[in-house]
Amino acid sequence: MKALQGLGGWTLDGVQRWGRATLFLSHALIGIPKIIGRFNLVVKQIYAVGVLTLVIIVVSGLFVGMVLGLQGYNTLVDFGAESSLGLVVALSLTRELGPVLTALLFAGRAGSALTAEIGLMKATEQLAAMEMMAVDPIDRVVAPRFLAGFLSMPLLAALFTTVGVWGGHLVGVGVLGVDSGQYWSAMQDGVDVYDDVLNGVVKSVVFGFVVTWIAVFEGYDATPTSEGVSRATTRTVVNASLAVLGLDFVLTSLMFD
Amino acid sequence: MKRSAVELWVGLFVVAGLASLGVLAFKVGNLSSSDIRDAYKVTARFDNIGGLSVKAPVTLAGVRIGRVSDIRIDSEDYRAIVELSIRPDFDNLPLDTSAAILTQGLLGAQYVGVEPGGEEEYLKDGDEIELTQSAVVLEQMLGQFLYGQAGGSE
Repeated sequence: MKALQGLGGWTLDGVQRWGRATLFLSHALIGIPKIIGRFNLVVKQIYAVGVLTLVIIVVSGLFVGMVLGLQGYNTLVDFGAESSLGLVVALSLTRELGPVLTALLFAGRAGSALTAEIGLMKATEQLAAMEMMAVDPIDRVVAPRFLAGFLSMPLLAALFTTVGVWGGHLVGVGVLGVDSGQYWSAMQDGVDVYDDVLNGVVKSVVFGFVVTWIAVFEGYDATPTSEGVSRATTRTVVNASLAVLGLDFVLTSLMFD
Repeated sequence: MKRSAVELWVGLFVVAGLASLGVLAFKVGNLSSSDIRDAYKVTARFDNIGGLSVKAPVTLAGVRIGRVSDIRIDSEDYRAIVELSIRPDFDNLPLDTSAAILTQGLLGAQYVGVEPGGEEEYLKDGDEIELTQSAVVLEQMLGQFLYGQAGGSE
């Protein structure tokens, strides 16, 4: 009986959270047109979530590309197909690794910061103070952050992929001696702008939306204590990473049949 | 940090992001190669296309002039219809051009090789290449060879 009650309570809590998250999302989306006139709010947030994430994205992209170049070469050279190295590197990056790894890094670097910031605002009653002054905290605080995350993610993913392709070139051509022309021409023969590049961008847009949504909602929904904020930050990283990996499978099976 | 510096960084970030999208489209992808823009399409029917796949190259004298854009089956005569997208600068292929499915090396990927004929008129969009040669299926050839050997030794 106790266990059954526990399950029921858990389900009700879960459904309530989903409801709150959806209401919160629709509120934030309605708030986005209101901040068009004050775009400097968004610029400040793009700096916080986009520019400050740039370093980790570029460095990770470079190393992922270099590893792909090395591993791909070692496998392909057994079949005498090392001229396809560029294709292997570019396809894995544009289709999968670029959007997914960027989203995971984005959740860890920018998402956790968003949750902690909004959660602390709530814990220190800054959000309540805004409401006292008849300023809607979702319009003023959440909507700019939401828009900034949503806009930054595809740009970060594109940078990650580009740097990765360059890193693969660095190792494949510079160190292992694959011909530079073959590296690029195999890539251009096999990578389709719509099937591969555009689908990768669509993925990164979806991931940006989901990760930012989870991050700002967890912050806004956090228990306003120091422990609650810390738990919310952890939940952001865990839930956002799981959502990205799960959605990636769904999107991949829809896109590349 | 001062507001102008923040704006400068954000501007740089947006420019870098858009530039890398451009690199992905033009340098990594195939948007720059003209074989997807204003390519003209001709079809060819084959009895057997072997392992030919979409995006396989179409070559003339070993030079890549286009790619396979679609493969389907004609439900009337059960032959494969291969659609070839050929770059617009190779618009002077004669009407009696022939197409063959060839293999790069002994076990390599398959591609379509076209051999120009002698007609005065040229192939244009929507035309069909009449003279075709199917893929050589190695297993069948080996089977025939072994069968022939066994028969000869009796």
